[in-house]
Amino acid sequence: MNIQFRDRPEPASTDVAKTSDIKTSHIKTSHIKTAIADCDIHPARATKTELYPYLAKRWHEHLETYDKRPYHGMMEGPPYPKAQPNASRRDAYPPEGGPQGSSLSFMQQQHLDPNNVVLGVLNPLATGQGIRNHDLAAAICSAINDWQIEKWTSKDKRLKGSIVVANEDGAAAAAEIRTRAGDKNFVQVLLLSRNVEPLGQRRYWPIYEAAEEAGLPVGIHAFGFGGNPITASGWPSFYIEEMVGHAQCQQTVLASLVLEGVFERHPTLKMIMIEAGFGWAPSLSWRLDKTFKRLRSEVPHLKRPPSEYIREHIWWTTQPMEDPERRDHLFQLIDWIGWDRLLFATDYPHWDYDDPSRVLPAGASDANRDAFYLGNARKLYGIV
Amino acid sequence: MTSPIAGGVDCDLHPAVPHLTSLLPYLNDYWRDQVTTRGMTDLVSQSYPSNSPITARPDWRPSQGKPGSSLDDMSKQTLDVFKVSHGICNPLYGVQMVFSEDMADAFCRALNDWLTKEWLDRDERLRGSIVIPVQSVEKSVAEIERCAQDRRFVQVLMLVMGDMPLGKRAYWPIYAAAERHGLVVGIHAGSNYHNPPTSVGWGSYHIEDYVAQAQAFQTQLTSLIVEGVFARHPHLKMVMLESGFTWLPPFLWRLHKFWRGIRMETPWVDRAPLEIVRSNIRFSLQPIDAPPDPATLNRLFDHMQSDELLLFSTDYPHWQFDGNEALPEGLSSDLVRKIMIDNPLATYGRLRHGATKETTP
Repeated sequence: MNIQFRDRPEPASTDVAKTSDIKTSHIKTSHIKTAIADCDIHPARATKTELYPYLAKRWHEHLETYDKRPYHGMMEGPPYPKAQPNASRRDAYPPEGGPQGSSLSFMQQQHLDPNNVVLGVLNPLATGQGIRNHDLAAAICSAINDWQIEKWTSKDKRLKGSIVVANEDGAAAAAEIRTRAGDKNFVQVLLLSRNVEPLGQRRYWPIYEAAEEAGLPVGIHAFGFGGNPITASGWPSFYIEEMVGHAQCQQTVLASLVLEGVFERHPTLKMIMIEAGFGWAPSLSWRLDKTFKRLRSEVPHLKRPPSEYIREHIWWTTQPMEDPERRDHLFQLIDWIGWDRLLFATDYPHWDYDDPSRVLPAGASDANRDAFYLGNARKLYGIV
Repeated sequence: MTSPIAGGVDCDLHPAVPHLTSLLPYLNDYWRDQVTTRGMTDLVSQSYPSNSPITARPDWRPSQGKPGSSLDDMSKQTLDVFKVSHGICNPLYGVQMVFSEDMADAFCRALNDWLTKEWLDRDERLRGSIVIPVQSVEKSVAEIERCAQDRRFVQVLMLVMGDMPLGKRAYWPIYAAAERHGLVVGIHAGSNYHNPPTSVGWGSYHIEDYVAQAQAFQTQLTSLIVEGVFARHPHLKMVMLESGFTWLPPFLWRLHKFWRGIRMETPWVDRAPLEIVRSNIRFSLQPIDAPPDPATLNRLFDHMQSDELLLFSTDYPHWQFDGNEALPEGLSSDLVRKIMIDNPLATYGRLRHGATKETTP
């Protein structure tokens, strides 16, 4: 867990503290030579207007006048203030300025090269998702997709993009997926976990249909806004409740996907649970199965116990890594889920970044270690 | 099958109010008149539809009336079968759903008086939970004060899904009153449906709501811990009822990890979440969300790192197990004794000190 309590560094030329941070992080990770995949990297825009070249003129004016109107009240920033600026590492500000994650060269220097990341999956946040004007949502999402190609994936072949879609507008989302289908810059469709309704609901089905048709997995990243309180008892007080609560959101999202029959309708659809933990997967599966035994007459569209859909259709990114006191507990947990289902991720440049050299305790077999760090991701994303 | 031992405590029994009209004798003239002239309907919550398979085991379903509405049935079907010394009654009548705090107050008082007269007075093994009009903290405290005089009430009962997260400071007078009177605070599965029953909105199905109870318990535990309820009330015991417990270890790993990372946000949380759970939180045994093989279950117990967290429950008349298999296979006799007797007695102070029969003031 990376948390530091220094102030935001000064701009590059005078930034002595940051230079030493970079050196330290090189030393910590320099012995790692094994190639890895990082299935959760967050690229950011250096400036507010960086997307304008990819947006029609009318939207520039719209954004200047009305800005995005998300499903929460804050015009700037998130409802729960993060623990650090942009929820990101304080040592990750690029020397040329701009927020953490906004510079390709610095991302290469600080993360991709020293950690030997050979496959990096980009998950842009703060896009057109979770905003109430659905035309604007679609325009921003499309712009983000163009921007990912131009700024990132065309410049570094290790990086692959995620097709970001207007999550509340199934038709527009499906159209965007079909436009990008076959484009090797992209390896998945990206949704966030929190939407107006649980993701199994029918308004989202066109997204799954288009993704399956394009042969792309759907990644569901923790976070987002859909207007619902982040507990079933209303709004909590603290940022930590939101952070921990993403695991509960993801559980109900997965239950919804299974119970609505999404995997019956789309037998080849693959989904990835991103940054929401995986420790809860066994207990949720057991609870679903047990309850299904009693209540299956309510959901006759399900032909199999819920756990089977989960085992067959779901992958999990690892960060924030489950961190029990005893490593045998971690290994038992992974045995229940399947070593073939975990995708290593760092969450760079966010503060709760997992260091690849430390995250998996000693004791895993070489085959499992390879699958965890790289093999599973290559196979799932079809990257040789 | 693991054999139960005699003298245990069943911590989760659900006596059912036959109908809203059953409460008429316990209401004053004004509310009796309101119920009848307005044609008020029975307060059955969507959490437990009467005919849902979850709501009653097939062989516990009476030929007529609501499951759990007969003391005779409860006695024959569970109290006698498991030879318990005590059974704690947790009425799930839908009083939390109403929006008027005055109406909720009237119904809760009636419900608590009904429980006393029709159940506690009629079977010495039974103990009660005080159902509170949580729509008003002030009225809730008054109801706790009123009922606490009868020492057969051992617990204050709240639902896991309500208007606000349970750790919120507005609720603290309820916890102070409970602690003052040596009462446990029981949090039971169920929603007042004032918020969507999941944190991502309204699902379609009953099964979805039921599965989501576990996630609601998780968010409530976070809230109770990080708001500082147990820093303020270090001796307060809370019991999660019909919550499931196999989610607990990975939940605590995550909470612990974030607490270490951002504890500066809640500096009053002066102990690790796992320690707080060990000292202040308990879980009813049923439902057991795990595969039936003893090896997996014992691994899960190992992950919990404590044999003091679980309290025996049948969840009568809800359908959690068949036959007499209230205890899962593969439990050691030591653990059986802890779950059935030692842990409940350590949790419910009022069971330890005995109770003399009194009439409700």
